[in-house]
Amino acid sequence: MKTFRHGIHPGDYKDLTRHIAIERMPFTDELVIPLSQHLGAPSRLLVKEGDKVYRGQIIGEPAGFVSIGQHAPVTGTVKAIEMRHHPSGKLVESVIISRDPYSPQTFYNEHAMEWESLTPGELISLIQHGGFVGLGGAAFPTHVKLSVPEGKKAKFLIINGVECEPYLTSDHRVMLEQFDDVFYGIRILEKVLGCERFYIGIENNKDDAIALLNKRIPADMNGEVVALQTKYPQGAEKMLIEAVLKREVPSGKLPIDVEVVVQNVGTIAGIGMMFRFGQPLIERVVTITGPGIEKPSNLLIPIGTKLADVLDYCGGLKENTRQVLFGGPMMGAPQVYMDVPIMKGTSGILCLTDEEVTIREEYPCIRCLRCVDACPVYLNPSRLGALAKTRDYEGMLGYHVMDCVECGSCSYVCPSNIPLVQRFRVAKALLREKQAKQRKAS
Amino acid sequence: MLILTSLAALGGLTLILAAMLILANKKLHVEEDPRIDIVEDMLPHANCGACGFPGCRPFAEALVSGNALPGKCTVSSEDGRVQIAQFLGVDVGAEEKIVARLACAGGTNVARNRARYQGLQTCQAASLVSGGGKGCFWGCLGLGDCEVSCDFDAITMNPFSLPVVNEDKCTACGDCVEACPKDLFSLQAASHRLWVACKNLDAGDEILEECQVACTACARCAMDAPGNLITMKNNLPVVDYSQNHATQVPIQRCPTGAIVWIDEKKGVIKGEQSKKIIRKGERPIASS
Repeated sequence: MKTFRHGIHPGDYKDLTRHIAIERMPFTDELVIPLSQHLGAPSRLLVKEGDKVYRGQIIGEPAGFVSIGQHAPVTGTVKAIEMRHHPSGKLVESVIISRDPYSPQTFYNEHAMEWESLTPGELISLIQHGGFVGLGGAAFPTHVKLSVPEGKKAKFLIINGVECEPYLTSDHRVMLEQFDDVFYGIRILEKVLGCERFYIGIENNKDDAIALLNKRIPADMNGEVVALQTKYPQGAEKMLIEAVLKREVPSGKLPIDVEVVVQNVGTIAGIGMMFRFGQPLIERVVTITGPGIEKPSNLLIPIGTKLADVLDYCGGLKENTRQVLFGGPMMGAPQVYMDVPIMKGTSGILCLTDEEVTIREEYPCIRCLRCVDACPVYLNPSRLGALAKTRDYEGMLGYHVMDCVECGSCSYVCPSNIPLVQRFRVAKALLREKQAKQRKAS
Repeated sequence: MLILTSLAALGGLTLILAAMLILANKKLHVEEDPRIDIVEDMLPHANCGACGFPGCRPFAEALVSGNALPGKCTVSSEDGRVQIAQFLGVDVGAEEKIVARLACAGGTNVARNRARYQGLQTCQAASLVSGGGKGCFWGCLGLGDCEVSCDFDAITMNPFSLPVVNEDKCTACGDCVEACPKDLFSLQAASHRLWVACKNLDAGDEILEECQVACTACARCAMDAPGNLITMKNNLPVVDYSQNHATQVPIQRCPTGAIVWIDEKKGVIKGEQSKKIIRKGERPIASS
């Protein structure tokens, strides 16, 4: 069975929510929509305090190429525009919308979009204004990846249905329940990219999804479902390309340089939905799971719903819950404030208890090189870790620290419990800051 | 025989290369002022950069060429500076003493944590994990990156995990300014004794829930200060240090003690009406 080289095998813990159908979460009274839910420039505000907004109405427009539109997830009034806590730990300008309790909350402009006559450029603009980002977690604007630079060609489209993070099942449920939208979305992307063939990469711990999508591929479409061996971090773009096509993306290059575009399956389903019903990205499927939550579920949540409301809806936290993460256990971000909103890039909410959250003492590196065997991008985490400890960040550049995908495999396998990936994240943040400063100076 | 040929070959090669080196040394010799070496030896070799030059050697070059005065070196002792000045026959040059100041007073006894951070114990790492868990978004994380970064042992962490700058040892090299992920340190003239020890940009008393010494933007200091010495900007008082600021009047009515007087001898002095903090232990984690 196909896979990439290196990587690790954490337990998958997906049984908690694997078989639970997607359920729509009721609208809450107050929603917070940060203007920066994506990588790139924050959206430009289009509404003001006191404005009435309709479900699906655009409230923020793209402020530049690497920026997207934002939409009101409910019908209601703009209560305030202020700085609010953001899941990343920053304070971000957000639109606070209070729900109109008497509105039926139907989508205000439901219609199928006529897209066959549009040019790829127009389709890309529609996707940008529809507010689409990669729903896998990184929240990179979708239209940027779809805009193939001059002189390059996207031969293959890979749909990322890998979901390699333990615990999470949102993409799995999307594939099982919204496969029509997925295939509709693929049609649109094929038109945008003009690609020859598509692949849907799915790990073999989701055999029901593999079987179902295999059966449902429309006869007129040129593509296949690729079953992959379950391994972490297969969901990382470059690993997935290696697994499916045996092509390696060179250091510092993008997938388009090997004629590939990768999109998350949730994103594709969202795009399919937009062109079928005209609904932009205003809700997403989120897995609420972990031993610390009373009722694990897969919920369709309006973007901007507060974390505390979601936890309440799932029966609340158990007594011994210690940590709440946005995302999975490997790369997820622990949350400090319970009033942060669910964002476009939030794939799961993981609640861990005392048993899972253990702090282990750090010991010296014993040069076992398990981290080297695990690193999916062929770095030397052992050496990098030693450099990071002495704060030799410039030296780390020579060991290609910027290629690190921060998957955490090195920390996971380290028998000395060295916080390797944490150190690399600090180094990368500092180096990026320095580069930005130098760019500004020159 | 074999040994002899190899000896001759290597010996010959050595001689030729040595001759080339001698020639190169003579031909390509750079005339350098011998005083630079001597002055560099007189400098403290800290290479801290506080003088504004990349290190002690470039500073020595600048001194000899007359582009700088010895007073710029804040690490040397007074005697050391005078010695260099006498050697070069220039003025010592009076430089105002500059120190690093921390714009936060939220130690663990007054400021609350919203979550307990247990990862890699550096501020930089903590700030990447949802901001580090401190209730106040702007506040000091207290893990001591500045203490580690300081080459002169001028920064020590007090019992409440708040860095304290020893003004005598501080050379204003700026390492702590760079190390702090919350940008709480800045280089200030030591005479700037009227100091706002808070960076909270929210107005109102809600912040007191998170930190008891935060600035609530009540603007009493701005009202009490003579003339327009203090103005409110982004909900924080800003002292105009170009005016005469040697007055303790503005701190007296501060309800929380966010604006303080940093005395040369007595340390931090709070206003008369400022709330006294008597808690010696850590504030419990807030449940939200």
